[in-house]
Order: sequence, then C-alpha cells, then structure tokens
Amino acid sequence: MFSETIELRGHIIDSLILPKVLDQILTHGGNFKITEVQIGRKRADQSFARIEVSTETGEALDELILRLRQQGAEVMERANAQVASAPADGVFPLEFYVTTNQQTFVRFDGKEIEVTPGIINSAIAVDRKKGSARAVKFFDVKKGDAIVVGHQGIRVVPVQRATTHTDPFQFINNIVDAEEPKSAIIREIAEELRRVRGAGGKIAVVAGPAIVRTGAGRYLVRLIEGKYIDRLFTGNAFAAYDVERALFGTSLGLNPDVAIARGGHENQLRAINAIREAGSIARAVRERLLTSGVMHASVQHDVDIVLIGAIGDEGPIPGVTTDVIECEKILRDKLRDVTHVILLATLRYSLAIGAFLANNVKTVCVDIDPSAVERAVERQPLQSIGLVTDVEPFLRELADCLSGSKVSQ
Amino acid sequence: MRELLLCPPDYYGIEYEINPWMSLAHVAEVSVAQEQWKRLHATLSKFCKVHLIAPQPRLPDMVFTANAGLTVGRKFIPSNFRHKERAGEQPFFAKWMVEHDYKVDWLPEKLYFEGEGDALFGNDVLFCGYKFRSDIQSHRAIAEMLGCLTISVELVDPRFYHLDTCFCPLPDGGGFWYPDAFDEYGQRAIREQMTDLVDVAPEEAMHFSCNAVVIDHDIVLPAGAPQLVTKLQERGYRCHPLPMTEFIKAGGACKCLTMFMPQREKA
Repeated sequence: MFSETIELRGHIIDSLILPKVLDQILTHGGNFKITEVQIGRKRADQSFARIEVSTETGEALDELILRLRQQGAEVMERANAQVASAPADGVFPLEFYVTTNQQTFVRFDGKEIEVTPGIINSAIAVDRKKGSARAVKFFDVKKGDAIVVGHQGIRVVPVQRATTHTDPFQFINNIVDAEEPKSAIIREIAEELRRVRGAGGKIAVVAGPAIVRTGAGRYLVRLIEGKYIDRLFTGNAFAAYDVERALFGTSLGLNPDVAIARGGHENQLRAINAIREAGSIARAVRERLLTSGVMHASVQHDVDIVLIGAIGDEGPIPGVTTDVIECEKILRDKLRDVTHVILLATLRYSLAIGAFLANNVKTVCVDIDPSAVERAVERQPLQSIGLVTDVEPFLRELADCLSGSKVSQ
Repeated sequence: MRELLLCPPDYYGIEYEINPWMSLAHVAEVSVAQEQWKRLHATLSKFCKVHLIAPQPRLPDMVFTANAGLTVGRKFIPSNFRHKERAGEQPFFAKWMVEHDYKVDWLPEKLYFEGEGDALFGNDVLFCGYKFRSDIQSHRAIAEMLGCLTISVELVDPRFYHLDTCFCPLPDGGGFWYPDAFDEYGQRAIREQMTDLVDVAPEEAMHFSCNAVVIDHDIVLPAGAPQLVTKLQERGYRCHPLPMTEFIKAGGACKCLTMFMPQREKA
C-alpha cells in the first residue's frame, strides 16, 4: 500500500474540484479518506480539504498524484518513521512503538511499508534494505535490530464498518445472547464458510474440550469431512478426550451417549498412553489404532493440528508444544494466513489466539459463558460474531446447514 | 464609456507554434491582418474609448492584449505567460498600466496565468480556465487578491486553450459557449452559475465565434457563425461579425485582441 496526503484549497466546492478529485482517485484504482474539510460559509470564502490517497503500487500513486496536481492538489510532505537499535536480545529501545491489531504502515524514504503480521502488542522491526517491517514480540528481537520509536511516520488504517447490511460479521449488535434466536445467524455463518471455502480463504477452528465432552465432536468431524476446516488449534485435554472417546467410548470417564458412566477417569490416561506408545496421533491413525473422532478425521483430511500445552496437562499427548514462547511463535506463524477463526468453548485459547489475529480476520466465538464471548469479541469489534450458547447445538446446526440437511431441534 | 486596450499589429506574424492553430507553413497575410485589425479597432471605437499600447519588435503576439493580464477597478494583475515566447510582453504591459495610474498586483512568479484569456466575469463570478495555459493554483491567488467567487473550469480541447476561445458571458446573466471544450465537471459548474447558455455549434466554434467582445448590447465577433448571430439577435443583441482569418491562424480573434480596462469596476 502506498499513500500520500494531498490538500485542496480554493473554491473547490462550487468549481466541483473536490468531487472531481475524489472521482479521479476512485477511477484510477485508488482509495481516499478525507481527514479534514472546511467549507467556506460565505460565497467568496474558500474551502479546504485534506485527503489521504492510497494505491496498491508506487507507480499507480505517482501517476495519480500527477493527475491530482493538475487539479490543484498540493502534496503534503510526510515524515519518515524514526528507529532506534534494540539495546539487547529481547529488549526494545525506549519509546518503542506498540502496535494495535489495525493495519499499520511505516514510512521510509517516501514509501510506506505494511507491518506484517498485523498483530497487537508488538514492536515494529524494520529492515530498510529489504523494505520490510515486522511486528515483533520480545522473543523475536535481537540486539541491534532497528525498532520503530515514537509515532512519526506511522499510519494506522482502522477497519471500516460496512455501509450495507450484507455482512453478518458487521452487525451492530454482534453478540447473540442466550435467550435470542440463533438459527438465522448460524445459517449466515454457514453461508460465509461455504463462500470462503470456494474463495480460497483459510478457516481455523479453536476447539475447547467441551466439544468432545458434550458429544459435539461428531459435528466437528462433519465440518472436517466437508473441508470446512484448514487448521485445528486445541490443547492436550481436547486431544486426550477425543482419543479416549474413540478408544473407550468415554471422555473424561463420561459417555455422552449413555446415562451411566463406565470406566471412569482412568480411560483418559490409558488413551494418552496409547498415543504415546504409538509415537504420534498420526501414526495411531495410520496403524488403525485410532479410527474415529476429531483427531482421526483431522489426520485423514489433512487438517493441520496445532496442539498447545498448559499446566496440569496429563501426558502430554505427543505433538503438544509445552514451551510457552515456542507456542507463541507457532501461533504467530500458523495464524498468519488464516482468514476466518471459529472459537469454540475455550476462553483460554480464544484470548491467546486473539493476540495474534490481524484485524481483518473474521471471528465467530461460541461459549456458554457471556463474559467469555464478550472478551473474545471485543478484540475484533467490527469483524466478529459472538453466540452465547452451549457449543453442541451450535455445531449440530452448523453441520446440518453445511451438509444441506436442516434437522429440526 | 467602457475603455479597452489594443495593440496595433505592426510586428504581428506567425513566428513560432505554441498552439494547434499556429503553423509556420501557414503564416498570416500581413496586409490582410492589418486591414482586419483596423476594422476591429474602428468597430470597437464606436462604443468604447480605445487605448493603444506601442507594439514591440520580436513580440508578435503582443497584439493579443487580452492575455496580458486582468484589470479590476484600478488594479492590474499581470500575466505570467506559460511560454517563453510570450513572457517578454509582461514588462511592457505592466509599465504601461503603471503609467496610466493602475496599481499593479503581481502573482507569485511560479503560477502561470494568462489574464483575461483565462478569466472572465459572468454575473458575480469570475470564471477561470486552466490546464493548457493557466494553472488552477493561480485561480486561488486571484480569488484572494480580488475577494470574489472564482469558478475554475478545466479546458480539455487543445484547440480551445484559453477560456475566451470557448466561453463568452453576457450582461443578462447568460452567455454562449462551446461545451465540448470543457470536461463534465466544468460544464456542470458553469451551468450551475449561469442561466440561458447558448451552445455554439462545433463548426461555428471553429471560427472562434466565442471569442467575442461584448459591450452592453453590442457583440463584436468573428464572421462565420450565422446560427449564433441569429440566436443572439433574438435575445436583443446587435452583432458585428468581422473577418478575423489572419488572427485565427495564430489562435486568436476579437476578444484575444482586446483587454477591458477594467473588465469590472468591482470584483
């Protein structure tokens, strides 16, 4: 993205110069944002407009600015961003700029570089030779890295709310409470997932263990089989319960299909032990030890499984990353190309993952706890839908919508 | 009585090419040009007091006095010519105006502006053309100097490179013009400010019909626009068509050869 700020002065309203300039920006593939307008009050008073003009390429911007200059536009001189060296590994220089999750550009030598990935609570490391700007966490920074300091030369582009009501992610009230109807919104979500799958987007599911325990794993399996999930983020517990359910019919000792539990808590440990013995979940699937469940379906359908560990995990199951910093690096890398995230019944992972989401990633959060939904949604206020509900009916209805067989509840 | 400034065509001729009309292969007939200018001078002298500025050698276009600047009341804003071939005219006009008790108000040097050629009052608005000769930035400076509403219109046909070649306001609030010389925005901006605009047919516009001098109800315009003349007569104007062929070869006609002193008493 390349941008300049222009100013127009004079009788730009009566001469129709302002609309002409805006039209020219759009017809030449650019975008504009009017940052200031002062309209003359009396007939002879002059008016003023300051407009941010942006285009995809530097050449397009140069050509456009040339045209706009002919219409009297004056180009504002913009300052470069300031940098300072990181004083030590893992330490940012004083006054380092802290990112939001909004799209951010830093300016050097008259050109703007987009900061990638667009994640919150990071500093910005720049490589002027490569022309790159990275959002970096403490663990990323090395002594001597050039880190942006202060606010000069930084442009933040907030996500704009859509003016049409066609996008379910931009509803004004984006949390659907427990007592509100959900079928219509679930249909919209299904429609969006269908569209994304066709358009080459990447859908990630962040799954909490309640999915397996409530017996909703089978619906997640249907989504996986329908190719609606590209990446599955979850923890040790989910994987362990899911394998336990596949091997013993229970999850954490409970069988959702029968009223009386059999086997008790020991089944979980036996399940973990079985996978540890096999070496990995994938190998357990290949050796036909694991023949059902979400993990099995994920392996069978090439869903990228990302397992994040936590204190208190039993095992862990092979494949779980237990180093916290390592987990952050994995989340950052694995969320980079994701366009849609469905957060299902897990506040802990939802918040961790939210910290690595760019502001244009569309998010659905489902949780039975209203405050959990609220906290997850507030990070992406213009790109998210929250549903306060048990995850099982949500997934059941979503799977039905996506498979085209709407089942009455 | 209105006062005008003209410059005798003693040194007039096509000596360079700075607009699509000029061609060194089709130079003006000097004696015919002299004759046509004399008729213009005689016609205008019937309604106005005509002043003459002394022509200068090597400044063949000095005859087109409209481009020398803009006069409002006793204020004269000299032009900053875009082409170096004409830049030499500026000091002679400025000196003449000072000698005749006008206050000279200079534009910043970097802003191109070609006087009445690109600045015409219609109603209470100063219409200003831009792109080929004047810069739009000069309009803002003019508006500040005069304190009036200035409507900037983009000229899009290089044959009609000055506003006065395609637009002529009338004292009744209307005017006549060749709309295709303007872009869509310019056309809309003019229409919003003026009532009863007469569209000039393309073939008549090519005879520089819009390049007319309007003195109350008398209109002195180049010959070759019978349809326009009829329309103007229907609106109560007396038309005085004059042959202008030798000046059209340089891209000018009646209005280009005439500067109002002043164009308006007050902006």
